[in-house]
Amino acid sequence: MAKVLVVTSGKGGVGKTTSTAAIGAALAQNGKKVAVIDFDIGLRNLDLVMGAERRVVFDLINVVQGVSKLSQALIRDKRLETLWLLPASQTRDKDALTEEGVGRVISELRETFDWIICDSPAGIERGAMLAMRFADEAIIVTNPEVSSVRDSDRIIGMLDSKTVKAENGERVNKHVLITRFDPARAARGEMISIDDILEILATPLLGIIPESQDVLRASNVGSPVTLNNPSSSPARAYADATRRLLGETIEMMVPAERKGLINLLLGRRAA
Amino acid sequence: MDANAEPTRQLVRLRGRSYVAFVFSPVVPVIEWLADIDATLARSPGFFVGKPVALDLSALDLSTSAIAHLIVSLEKKNIRVLGIEGVEPGLLTPTMPPPLSGGRVCAIREAEPEKPEVKPLTSLLLDQPVRSGQSIVFPEGDVTVLGSVGSGAEIVAGGSIHVYGTLRGRAMAGVNGNSAARIYCQKIEAELLAIDGYYQTAEELDAALRERPAQAWLEGSIMRITPLN
Repeated sequence: MAKVLVVTSGKGGVGKTTSTAAIGAALAQNGKKVAVIDFDIGLRNLDLVMGAERRVVFDLINVVQGVSKLSQALIRDKRLETLWLLPASQTRDKDALTEEGVGRVISELRETFDWIICDSPAGIERGAMLAMRFADEAIIVTNPEVSSVRDSDRIIGMLDSKTVKAENGERVNKHVLITRFDPARAARGEMISIDDILEILATPLLGIIPESQDVLRASNVGSPVTLNNPSSSPARAYADATRRLLGETIEMMVPAERKGLINLLLGRRAA
Repeated sequence: MDANAEPTRQLVRLRGRSYVAFVFSPVVPVIEWLADIDATLARSPGFFVGKPVALDLSALDLSTSAIAHLIVSLEKKNIRVLGIEGVEPGLLTPTMPPPLSGGRVCAIREAEPEKPEVKPLTSLLLDQPVRSGQSIVFPEGDVTVLGSVGSGAEIVAGGSIHVYGTLRGRAMAGVNGNSAARIYCQKIEAELLAIDGYYQTAEELDAALRERPAQAWLEGSIMRITPLN
């Protein structure tokens, strides 16, 4: 049974596209057939993070408008043969998306893919609404700071009311993914604690991804962080999160400050 | 659609219906009868306004102009005649109320003044947290939330508000003038509390009350917020 997963947040810049790519790649590495769709029309980024920006011919808008077939628009990843990307249009805007068109695309993808991951744009307007409309599961990406938490709360409210599943009386399976977690600031008490975040959002925790330079490096070379540097701490956290998504129970590791031996001896802070 | 086609017309359906009307039966002398009407109207002015009145002229022998004069006099008293009976139809002009026949005697119910319906107080139960941006409006009674109320959410209730969780948003109770309404929560971090229009913002909330179970209630025109335990 295909699963439609929306990666959303409300707040911008928290790590939706990064997470979509990382989790999409991790799922493909687990043998699943995955399609990632960029819903950020006009401000597309998923194609950059996936390293496919030079191979975009047709996009989601073209498919919605019937200009091209879905198979013509899907771009296969060069590293993982079960990972596909449906990019967004950069030249159009969100109004070109229609609910009926998006519904058709998703239904067609359901026929051949195991996981369909919708990378939502920021905000609560049309693009974000359409990205979540047909979702079975949702990952709400949240930074450990107050404005992100409040926006995530808002988006959770919308997942419970504006999706097809909610309208039919069912529930979208929701998970909170905490990203850009900085252990040093957490130790100093400068970040809202994980317990507080979970208390406010009242939604199960999927994973905690630490703040890391590896994420930026990966997106600069056009690779999901789980592929670029699988042993880095964000990659390992994403891999754990993906396994939890697939139903495994894994102990939640709160990222700690990494101190090399020399630094520990000399009392220096981690790089 | 053929622009030249004749628009098909539906036959107008004529149906019969019976209505109940007051019947005025003027007697001689008409001037005195009209004075009696005035006396009735003085006791209950506007009694006949909006009520259908039929005129029974069988006790009189009036000419067309006399009938017209009578109708005008009644109109001046805000009595509009819907039909006339007991008179030769030929005496009535087209501008006068039409002739009526076949009226049956029936009892007129005294229209009772409508009592304002007292709606029973009901209660709204929400078994999920109220998310930021959601607005719960329930003027008919109490609202109970089995969960927290997110920052940026609001609950508006005609009765009291009970939050079995943390109240972080706005709670406005007693909106229909119910000053006895109260707001209860397990942890008070509210942005704004209002009861029957009297409100207090988070700024004015005593720091000692924060993060404890609390209730808010009105004492006169002052909102008192006290811990619940």
